[in-house]
Amino acid sequence: MKTGNSVRSKVYKAVSVVILIILALLFLFPLYWIVTGAFKPSTDIYALEPKWLPTQWVTSNFDELFNRRSAPLWELAVPFSRWFTPNHEDLYWSVGPTLPAAFRWLINTVFMSVTALILTCVTAAMAGYALAKKRFRGRAIIFALIVCAMALPKQVVLIPLLKEMDKLRLYDSLWAVILPTVGWPFGVFLMKQFSESIPGEILEAARIDGASELKTFSTIVVPMVKPGIGALAIFTFINSWNDYFMQLVMLARGNISTISLGISTLQNDTTVNMGLLMAGAALASIPIIIVFLIFQKYFTQGITMGAVKG
Amino acid sequence: MANSAKPMSRALQRREDVAGYLFMLPSLVFFVGFVIIPMFICILTSLTSSNMHDPGMFGSFVGLENFIKLWQDDVFKKGLLNTFIIVLVSVPTVCAFSLWVSSAIYKLHNVALSAFRCIFYLPVVTGSVAVTVVWRWMYDNYTGILNTALKSAGIIEQNINWLGSESTALACIIVILFTTSVGQPIVLYVSALGNVDQTLVEAAQVDGATDFQVFWKVKWPQMMPTTLYILVITTINSFQCFALIQLLTQGGPNHATDTVMYYIYYTAFKLTEQAGHFGYANAMGVMLAIFIGILSAIQFRLGREK
Repeated sequence: MKTGNSVRSKVYKAVSVVILIILALLFLFPLYWIVTGAFKPSTDIYALEPKWLPTQWVTSNFDELFNRRSAPLWELAVPFSRWFTPNHEDLYWSVGPTLPAAFRWLINTVFMSVTALILTCVTAAMAGYALAKKRFRGRAIIFALIVCAMALPKQVVLIPLLKEMDKLRLYDSLWAVILPTVGWPFGVFLMKQFSESIPGEILEAARIDGASELKTFSTIVVPMVKPGIGALAIFTFINSWNDYFMQLVMLARGNISTISLGISTLQNDTTVNMGLLMAGAALASIPIIIVFLIFQKYFTQGITMGAVKG
Repeated sequence: MANSAKPMSRALQRREDVAGYLFMLPSLVFFVGFVIIPMFICILTSLTSSNMHDPGMFGSFVGLENFIKLWQDDVFKKGLLNTFIIVLVSVPTVCAFSLWVSSAIYKLHNVALSAFRCIFYLPVVTGSVAVTVVWRWMYDNYTGILNTALKSAGIIEQNINWLGSESTALACIIVILFTTSVGQPIVLYVSALGNVDQTLVEAAQVDGATDFQVFWKVKWPQMMPTTLYILVITTINSFQCFALIQLLTQGGPNHATDTVMYYIYYTAFKLTEQAGHFGYANAMGVMLAIFIGILSAIQFRLGREK
């Protein structure tokens, strides 16, 4: 009986590993198709019998992507400059040589994601610490609001946000995408979860030693919640990189574009060139996948901690 | 925690208040400014005729007119139906699939475990636009790999216009949504399975329980909170399915893939005869939030009872 059972469980295990591998290959396939498609000549792209590998590896798709339009290397709207210019146009700070527009999309996207990441991590680490360790009055109400807001679909508030951004004269700038991302309460929630584990005795000891609140925060709290900050950073980075809907609505005028928006506009062209689209998709996804693979340990931790008592 | 039980002195409480609010301040500025205020504006404008051409934040007050109009709007009803189909199909399949995958991989060697976990997470990281673009090609009527593969396997004889026909378009969307939804549940289930109390598992095995029994009688109840969380996030995600539809089908063919989320966007930014009808779009947003709230509440209720 015992041996029969173990044979059966071994067979089951072998079969499940085989199924897993097949599933994994299926999940990898779209990515494989992007990468190979990006290097296929157009005869392969439009072949009625799809080619599993490019018959010839070419870079013409990338050449086309990079030659479509050009833009200056460094072109950033000065925040809030619309308030001071006579016709409410942004002041642009642009320097450097011109380069392909696709690179500009990448630079915009990186700038947007990194700024959102820094602002989110700083504000969320402070707020999470306060919610977990400070017994201030009104704490329960604020926390309840945060939990409720997390269940709210982000897109529901997008139209009011758009009007608000228009009033703040930030519409059609990267800030219109960044600021709401920072406001999203998941980060505070995550940092509260991480801060709960800080022993109260250590904070008490610091207070007795006469350390100021800010000093306690920067020298004791921050080092202890570092894994949380790491998780939140990578989370925010990937989410804001890929937040297509927000970018689509906030940057609708097309003066400034991100990599996701750029590719979607390529798609709207009258004749869709799949090779060009794959090159764009590769440019958009490969950097973020690399970032993900480097930091995936933090990422896993963050997802798990965010769910505890979620 | 022991400290908070004792009543604090006035001075100490004030110190905590000041410090607490100062630490909260930067975050609250963003949270109130870009989440709470828009939320209230959303609810308020849903009761008005606000639209893009109005200079002010609000148009004129129309009471519940927008909400009444919603239920007479066939496109909205179709969109709601499609949204519910997406949720009802994708939530159970995502949960079941990720549960099976996690239970198959969580005992594997560390390297294999994280490799599998990464692979199933990749479609999320790749980004909705890149994912959509490649699936669009794979579904393509003439040059798509799907038709070729199915034909050579002998499953179909004629090329199928997957995204172009009413009967298959929604299913195609659900398939893509599925691949971009299982990543997070798998990570969560793997860690939940790792946290199951081993002494209970061993006790059950000593008593002669089969693997199957151990799973359903011992592990499954302990993973209930995780399952609940996964149900809620997957539901919210499925409700919000937008990018796929906007990029692939734009609600077509013949509204076969219209969802509430897409119709909100369409009403606010695309609808030709009454472009920018924000009040109406916000009314839909409020309805959507109410539906999500009700569903989450039901799921929590069911989870608590078990």
